[in-house]
Amino acid sequence: MDSMTIIAVASIIIAGITTSFGTMGPALAEGRAVATALSSLAQQPDASATITRTLFVGLAMIESTAIYCFVVSMILIFANPFWNHVISLTAGK
Amino acid sequence: MRLSPDEMIFWRHGALKLNGTIVFTWGLMFVLAVGSKLITRKLSTDLKRSRWQNFLEIIVTAIEKQIEEVGLPHPEKYIGFLGTLFLFVAMANLFTVIPGYQPPTGSLSTTVALALCVFVAVPIFGIKNQGMGGYLKSYVEPTVIMLPFNIISELSRTLALAVRLFGNMMSGAMIIAILLTITPFVFPIVMTALGLLTGMVQAYIFGILAAVYIAAATRARKAKPAPAPKT
Repeated sequence: MDSMTIIAVASIIIAGITTSFGTMGPALAEGRAVATALSSLAQQPDASATITRTLFVGLAMIESTAIYCFVVSMILIFANPFWNHVISLTAGK
Repeated sequence: MRLSPDEMIFWRHGALKLNGTIVFTWGLMFVLAVGSKLITRKLSTDLKRSRWQNFLEIIVTAIEKQIEEVGLPHPEKYIGFLGTLFLFVAMANLFTVIPGYQPPTGSLSTTVALALCVFVAVPIFGIKNQGMGGYLKSYVEPTVIMLPFNIISELSRTLALAVRLFGNMMSGAMIIAILLTITPFVFPIVMTALGLLTGMVQAYIFGILAAVYIAAATRARKAKPAPAPKT
């Protein structure tokens, strides 16, 4: 396998794995956050504005780790510097 | 597969080029500024007022209430900055319903610029409120060993703001683009609606996080300070 093939295979596989594993953790964490928010809403409905706002802020924080993984996957597929370098080498030849 | 509005070039002259991000940002600025000017030409304080003025008042009072709830006691000092952040990001995503429009926040340039604005604004508000010494002292709280970690957390939260907004907007646009090549009819509409919802939530999150960072920097350190969220 020459280096072009290795780069392509590694990028494709890792892009898939990054998104798939990267979304598991945040999904579990967000589920727990929403469950706790729901139970505290049930206990104190008067504080619903504060609870809802804090819940959304917390969810956005958790979501951002999933977004990091997604961005890395996109970089690997669409803006891969190693692939661009190798392509430019073969195009130059 | 277009990754960002940076790649839509409208006009080029040598090294200068007008790409989609710049043109759409100008369009947004135009709509926001001209719209506000037109609506606030004749403000009235009695019971009879125009619908648009009512609408703007709802938005402004809601933002002021949110800023107060976050812990900034005089919202009128901060609403210029925070309100503009929220309105810009919200409008940028809301206009996705217009065909041919790509949200400028889907480009890393815009989101990094907005995050840098917040990065600069937090010390400015902190120094205005507590003086230079008081603000710099907050970096060595609770102990001096925390100094590098506080600095790193400042930088990483700015980066997180930028990447969070960029990732959310870009993923929305990209999912719609991919779906359009697969199932042309109903599903992309559902995904556009979902993209609108996440856009509004992300605009709100951006504004609230900026407000929380400013509140953490301006909070008087006499009382026991509430822990500021990191990253």
